[in-house]
Amino acid sequence: MMLSIEDVAAGYGRTSVLHGVSVAVPDGRISALLGHNGAGKSTLLRTAIGLLRPRHGTVTFDGADVTRLAPHERVARGMGYVPQGQQCFPHLTTEENLRLVADTRRGGPAAMAEAMDLFPALGPLLARRAGLLSGGQRQQLAIARALITAPRLLLLDEPTEGIQPSVVAEIERAILEISRARGISFLLVEQHIGFAVRAADRYYVLESGRVTSQGAGGQAAEATVRAALAV
Amino acid sequence: MTVLVGQLFTGVSIGAVLLLIALGLSLTFGQMGVINMAHGEFIMAGAYTVYVLQGAIAGAGVSLLVALPVAFLVAGALGAALEYLLIRRLYARPLDTLLVTWGVSLILQQLARDIFGAPNVQTRAPDWLTGNVPVFGDLTLSTNRLFILGLAILAVAGLTLVLRLTPLGRRIRAVVQNRDLAEVSGIPTGRVDRLTFFIGSGLAGVAGVALTLLGPIGPTMGTNLIIDAFLVVVVGGIGTLKGGVIVAFVLGTLQSLVEYTTTLSVAKVVVFVAIVGFLQWRPQGLFTLRTRSLA
Repeated sequence: MMLSIEDVAAGYGRTSVLHGVSVAVPDGRISALLGHNGAGKSTLLRTAIGLLRPRHGTVTFDGADVTRLAPHERVARGMGYVPQGQQCFPHLTTEENLRLVADTRRGGPAAMAEAMDLFPALGPLLARRAGLLSGGQRQQLAIARALITAPRLLLLDEPTEGIQPSVVAEIERAILEISRARGISFLLVEQHIGFAVRAADRYYVLESGRVTSQGAGGQAAEATVRAALAV
Repeated sequence: MTVLVGQLFTGVSIGAVLLLIALGLSLTFGQMGVINMAHGEFIMAGAYTVYVLQGAIAGAGVSLLVALPVAFLVAGALGAALEYLLIRRLYARPLDTLLVTWGVSLILQQLARDIFGAPNVQTRAPDWLTGNVPVFGDLTLSTNRLFILGLAILAVAGLTLVLRLTPLGRRIRAVVQNRDLAEVSGIPTGRVDRLTFFIGSGLAGVAGVALTLLGPIGPTMGTNLIIDAFLVVVVGGIGTLKGGVIVAFVLGTLQSLVEYTTTLSVAKVVVFVAIVGFLQWRPQGLFTLRTRSLA
């Protein structure tokens, strides 16, 4: 198992958000995490990458307990994370956003070139400040930046949120290509239920901080998930 | 005309001193948001470094030049230690940071008294930094102030190059802009904080070396400068380097010109009134940049 989140409870201050959540991502597979706003999906990803310390439970990555490791240590072990909201370093140029990460590891420049191949739209934008890019361009930059860390697992938080349909298709194509060609595992949080369930080998539905439904992904599961989410 | 140019140069040289003492603070306060009241004592540490080295190295010129990198390292190490031991535990508590670093400043002042004695001490200026350089007509410019101006320009250029062109500079700017994103991009943000503090405090040490050319060294010399340094950073705009550079020279020139027709005390009052008026009009400072909030 590439990622195993077991019985995790977490929250902010006195507010509990997750109540004993268990989620798994097999090697080289895509797991989708679905749920309404406020269900705790993003909190679960933040806990998995280490931005939020769980009050209870464990996070195991590739057989090793990483619950107490700092986020950058998890990244060094092969966990990648693309947060919600097309986040970037707005006052750095596109190139600096990528080079910043490439500097942190051996083979960084080659990884940067590979990431650029995957998102050719970023090529003409290298000298532009990232804060001036469109939402879709920033999301491509965010995924490219995560890929340069050479992850074996990518935690993707709503990669197509607020992005125009043509770019959504581009991002979905890239996710499938990365998964198939590079064998990277994914834990995908996505509002676009159709894509997420079809692409996923396994899905989890989260409601009020608890897993209320789970099963095998694929075309056949879409109706079940829509019923579970009442959409 | 000669008098006016002379006063302008004095103003620029006061600005250079202001810039040097504020440059380190523009990193630790301007970029990181840490109110470090012990910053002045890092300036003092740099100044005492010159005093100690002059005791060990006979030539005043050599000891001064050697003191520049040594003071950078001494003050930088003090800053990194302060960040590691205390400040990193207080990032979400700015008021506690202010009180703790003020306490540290008192401890460092007492330490200086215990080691070097309470009275001020003096260093020798090297021969090549004494006297004046003729410019035109009767106008001459003092060599030590020209040296300080050159040092300030070099320090600004060096810091700008580090921030713009080096991997460390990219990391510092990234951590300032989005700490969590930097962390999940594989950047050890704690180490970047320490290095940022090292550089910021080291620059205070360099300022201390420059100040030995202008007056005596004492345990409280840093305390007298810290308010000016904070003012330059706040008026320049927190998080921007260019704002601090412009403000340092403007305030220096204003003080010099007012002082020429009045007294030093009146000039200080005029400068403070100008700052209060400016901040009423533009509370965010001359330039603005989104910075990391540690509160």
